[in-house]
Amino acid sequence: MYSDKVMDHFNNPRNVGEIEEADGTGSVGNPDCGDIMKLTLSIEDDKIKDVKFKTFGCGAAIATSSMVTELVMGKGVDEAEDISNSTVAEALDGLPPVKMHCSNLAADALHAAIKDYKEKKS
Amino acid sequence: MNKIYFDHNATTPVLDEVFDAMLPFLKEEWGNPSSIHWAGRVPKKAVEDAREQVAAFLGCSPVEIIFTSSGSESDNLGIKGVAYAKKNKGNHIITTKVEHPAVLKTCKYLEKEGFEVTYLNVDSAGMIDLGELKEAITDKTILITIMYANNETGVIFPVEEIGRIAKEHKITFHTDAVQAAGKLPIDTATLPVDLLTISGHKLYAPKGVGALFVRRGTRVVPIIHGGHHERNRRGGTENVAGIVGLGKACEMAAADMESERAHLEKMTTRLEEGIKEKVPHVYVNGGGSPRLVNTSNISFEFIEGESILLGLDMHQIAASSGSACTSGSLEPTHVLLAMGNTAELSHGSIRFSLGRINTMEEVELLLDVLPPIVERMRSMSPLYAGSNEPVVFKR
Repeated sequence: MYSDKVMDHFNNPRNVGEIEEADGTGSVGNPDCGDIMKLTLSIEDDKIKDVKFKTFGCGAAIATSSMVTELVMGKGVDEAEDISNSTVAEALDGLPPVKMHCSNLAADALHAAIKDYKEKKS
Repeated sequence: MNKIYFDHNATTPVLDEVFDAMLPFLKEEWGNPSSIHWAGRVPKKAVEDAREQVAAFLGCSPVEIIFTSSGSESDNLGIKGVAYAKKNKGNHIITTKVEHPAVLKTCKYLEKEGFEVTYLNVDSAGMIDLGELKEAITDKTILITIMYANNETGVIFPVEEIGRIAKEHKITFHTDAVQAAGKLPIDTATLPVDLLTISGHKLYAPKGVGALFVRRGTRVVPIIHGGHHERNRRGGTENVAGIVGLGKACEMAAADMESERAHLEKMTTRLEEGIKEKVPHVYVNGGGSPRLVNTSNISFEFIEGESILLGLDMHQIAASSGSACTSGSLEPTHVLLAMGNTAELSHGSIRFSLGRINTMEEVELLLDVLPPIVERMRSMSPLYAGSNEPVVFKR
């Protein structure tokens, strides 16, 4: 039911973990739906130097988390902000329809982390 | 890599003997059992022989067996059939919160039709309270429908006591015995039930066939209207091959029950003990209740069930989960939630349901591959200790 890319990211997730003293932290999801994501960013000169994730969730939740870290690594904050949940799903060669709304939260976690960074900065 | 199947509560493989018994009725004996000519004679006899096999398995008379297309249809016929037949006597039905959807949704439907339904609670061990059942009974109660054993946890309900209570109050009692059949001896000669559902494909017969035991004197209004089939209680030309398969499967289940139960109990016990020994933070759902010897439902804290299933599938091991992700809905299993589990623990549940094709070597293999899968998922989980900041949930 999952694409090869999803299974690759599920089996070999990129950038798992947590950045200590992160410049931005985003946590989204809720336990009722069974998906919780926490994304931490290290940012220098408005550029994402490092990003890590931790996820409680299904295969799609883990794969989208991993994919979003790959998509934003090294990118400028403004550029990263343009990444949407559907960008992430497309980069994974699609997700099963039932997963599109419940487990496709990685970009939301990213946006929450960037918002946190901007609030801290100002 | 050998394929390992630990999902027998979902479905079972068709046994060779069952397949062989069915084969003639898919090929040369294609006649209609209702025909009086030569083509119908052999199929007719086969259906009636199968009826005798099922009746022997359940300890009843062949006329008390109605063949259907599935466990779900049997539940529908048993529940709606009795509700409509007794609607002049009352409109109240009692069931539990942990029934199979075939029962729960049928009851929900009847609520729209003007019936009132009480859904009994279960405790943290998945057990109902007979006191609550007695209190729920009113002079309008016409039907109690309570499962024999739960499909997700394997918890066995006290159907004998429930039946006695129902009888005292002259209430019809239906039980969904889809999971119990073949795993527990069932004898309707002594068990005070009026209707009992079984399903072929949980019993090593094929999909597409089920049966409903209806005790003599219990009236059911048909839900499939048609010809004179099944003594006017279920229209539709018989699924002869399926019925023959169910008959054979019942005969084999009865013959092998003792040895199979011992075999299953040994493996399930080892599986559970092994997991508890090797993996911290696990809970056996329904562990405090009497349970089917083949079913072990385990919640793994901090992680989600579907990801564990994917990990197991990489090793060709099949099991199932109470996670929302595997149910096609957004909510985790109603059974574990009714037991008071949190959503996280319900999402993190895995059901291992063993069967006659399993071996102890397969259980040992599972015990080797499972702990690293759980450890890997936990290392990625923000809920697992080691996470330096508590996660704030947003809705």
